[in-house]
Amino acid sequence: MNWFETLRTAGDAVRSHRLRSLLTMLGIVIGISSVVLTVGLGLGAQDKVRDQIDALGSNLLIVSPGSSTGSGGVRGGFGSSSTLTLADAEALADKAVAPDVARVAPVTSTSASLTAGTTNWTSRLVGTTTTWEQVRARTLASGRFFTAKELASGANVVVLGADTSNELFSRGSPVGQTVTVNGATLTVIGVLDTSGATSDDSSEDDLAVMPITTAQRLSGSTSTSVSTVYVEAKSADTLSAAYQEVNAALLTAHGVTSAEADFSIATQDALLETANSTNKTMTILLAGIAAISLLVGGIGVMNIMLVSVTERVREIGLRKALGATPSAIRRQFLIEASLLGVSGGVIGVAIGVVGAIVLPSMIDQPVSISAPAIAAALGVALGLGVGFGVYPASRAARLTPIDALRSE
Amino acid sequence: MSAIIAMSGVRKTYATGAIAVEALRGVDVRISEGEYVAIIGPSGSGKSTLMHILGCLDVPTEGHYSLAGRDVSDLEEAELAQIRNREIGFVFQQFNLLPDLTALRNVALPLVYAGVAAAERERRARVALERVGLADRADHRPGELSGGQQQRVAVARALVTEPSMILADEPTGNLDSVSSADVLGLFRELHVAGRTIVLITHENEIAAQAGRVLTIRDGEISENGVVEAGVRG
Ligand SMILES: Nc1ncnc2c1ncn2[C@@H]1O[C@H](COP(=O)(O)OP(=O)(O)O)[C@@H](O)[C@H]1O
Ligand SMILES: [Mg+2]
Repeated sequence: MNWFETLRTAGDAVRSHRLRSLLTMLGIVIGISSVVLTVGLGLGAQDKVRDQIDALGSNLLIVSPGSSTGSGGVRGGFGSSSTLTLADAEALADKAVAPDVARVAPVTSTSASLTAGTTNWTSRLVGTTTTWEQVRARTLASGRFFTAKELASGANVVVLGADTSNELFSRGSPVGQTVTVNGATLTVIGVLDTSGATSDDSSEDDLAVMPITTAQRLSGSTSTSVSTVYVEAKSADTLSAAYQEVNAALLTAHGVTSAEADFSIATQDALLETANSTNKTMTILLAGIAAISLLVGGIGVMNIMLVSVTERVREIGLRKALGATPSAIRRQFLIEASLLGVSGGVIGVAIGVVGAIVLPSMIDQPVSISAPAIAAALGVALGLGVGFGVYPASRAARLTPIDALRSE
Repeated sequence: MSAIIAMSGVRKTYATGAIAVEALRGVDVRISEGEYVAIIGPSGSGKSTLMHILGCLDVPTEGHYSLAGRDVSDLEEAELAQIRNREIGFVFQQFNLLPDLTALRNVALPLVYAGVAAAERERRARVALERVGLADRADHRPGELSGGQQQRVAVARALVTEPSMILADEPTGNLDSVSSADVLGLFRELHVAGRTIVLITHENEIAAQAGRVLTIRDGEISENGVVEAGVRG
C-alpha cells in the first residue's frame, strides 16, 4: 500500500469523524498557537530593545560614574556624578592616550522646566559638547547644532528634541524663538529628528541639548562632574581596544586599581544582554507553559487514537484479512495521528499569526513572527502526532485478524 | 486436476489457562482446482477454526497445509497477509464492508494492498461489480444497499484479485431466503465458470448446493459427499 493511498485512507478516517478530529486537535491547536505567540512576543520585545540600543549610536562605549562590580563598597551613587569629570572626557579624547577612540561626548543631565510664551514643559536638560550629535548618531530636523565657539563661550543657545519642540511650540518654526530656563533666556537654534527608537519613555525625543558650559551656568554649580561620557570607537573592530584604552586611562587619571574602579563602562552588547535577560526569562517561562499544553495536546491525540483503534477492531481485522500487513496497518494509524498533529499545527499557526496581527494594538507590544518559527511549530506538531501515534499504531498492527474479525 | 488445497495431519490446540482445547485433531483435506466444496458441522465442531487455517488467518499447531503449491504452515504474519491477498477471497457472514467507502472502493480494497495502481483498481473493481450484477450501485455506500446486495458486493470483493479460492463462512447466515438463493446462485455461476469455492455452513440445504460435502465433527473430518451429476461435466 503506497503512501498516497495510506494518506487518503487516513484523510477519510479524519474526515468521517469531523467533530472528534477537531476536538482531538484542540490541544495541539492551543499549544501551537500559544507557542507561536509567546515566542513572537519574546522576539518582538528583543527587537524593540535592540532598536532602542542601536538608536544610541554605533560602536559606543557608555562610561558611567560608580562601580558596576560594587566590589569593596566603593560604588558611588548613580547620578551623584562625583567620580566622572570633564577632565576625564578631555583625557579620553587625547589620541595619544586612546588612539582607537574616534569621538567623546560628555553629558550632564538634569531636569528643568522650560517656558515658551505661556507654555510650560518639564524636560531633560542635556549639557554636552559639539561631538554629541555624531556620537549619538542624531540628525537635525531643522536649524543647526551649536558650534565650538558657542561651547567655549557658554552661549545661550538650545537644540530641542522633537517632542519637546512640539510641546512648547505647537505651531510655527521654533528655530529663532526663545525659551526660558531657570530665569535665563535661550535661543532655539535647532530641532532634532526623532531618535528612531520606538521607546515607551520618549526621553530620547524629550530633551533640550545645550553647550555643557551653558548647562553648568544654568544649574548654578561650579562642579565639573558629568553624568555620562559617551565614547565612540573608530570601528566595531576596534571597540574592544577602545574599551581597554578608556579603562586604563580612567584608572590612571583616578589613581585607582581596577578592583577599586569608581566608574563603569558598558557596551551596547552588554546593555542588550541585560535588557534581554529579563525578557528571556519571561519568554522561557511562557514557552514552558505552552510546551506543557502541547504535551497535553499530544496525550489527547494518543488517547483518541487508542479509542479509535479499539472502535475500529473490525475494520483492522478486515483489512488484515484482505491482505494488509502489520506494517501497512501501523502506517495507516501513524499517518492518521500525524495528520491530526499537522492539521492541529496548521490551525494553531493560523491562530498564532492572527493573534500576532491583532495583539500588538491591544497590548502595545510588538509580536514578531518568523518563517523559521512557523516551520519549527509545524515540525513540533508533526512530531507530536507521530510520537503519540506510535503506541496506538503498534497496538493496531499487533491485533490478529481473527480476534479482530470475531469481535461483534 | 491439481490440488489447490492439501492439508495433512492438521491439529489446532487452543491453550486457555490450564485446559487445552483440541479444536482440530488431525485433519486431512484435499481440494482440487474448480471444486465446489461445502464443509458442514454442528456448532463447536471446529468449522471456524478450520476456516481460519484454510484462510491463512491462523497457522496449525501441527501438520502441514499447502495452498496453491506453497507450504503455508508456519509463515510470518506479513507473509500470510500476502498469501491471503493473492490466493483467497473471503466472504463473511457479517459482509464486513467498510461503511464509509462506496461499493466500488470496498471492492477495490484488496487491490490497494496488492499494490495495484488506482486506475487499474477502479477498472477491475467495476468488472467485478458487473459480474455480481451491481454495476449500477458502484457509488452507493453499504448503508444504502440491502443485505443481499451487500453480500454481493462482498462476493465482488472476493473475486477482484482473481484468487485461487473463494472461502465463504456462513455467507447466507444473515440473509432472508430470497437473498440467500441469490447469493447461492452467484456461487453456482462462479463454480460453473471454473472457480474453486469452499463454503462453510451448518445447514444441510445449503451444503447440498456444493459438488462435495465434508462433514466435521469434534475436530475430525469425514467425507460423505454426494456428487451432483451435471454440475461439473
Ligand atoms: N480462541 C480460542 N480459544 C480457546 N478455545 C477455542 C478458541 N476458538 C475456538 N475454540 C474452541 O475450539 C472448538 C471449536 O470451535 P470453532 O472452530 O469455533 O467451532 P465452530 O465454528 O464449528 O462452532 C470449540 O470447543 C471452541 O470452544
Ligand atoms: Mg463458528
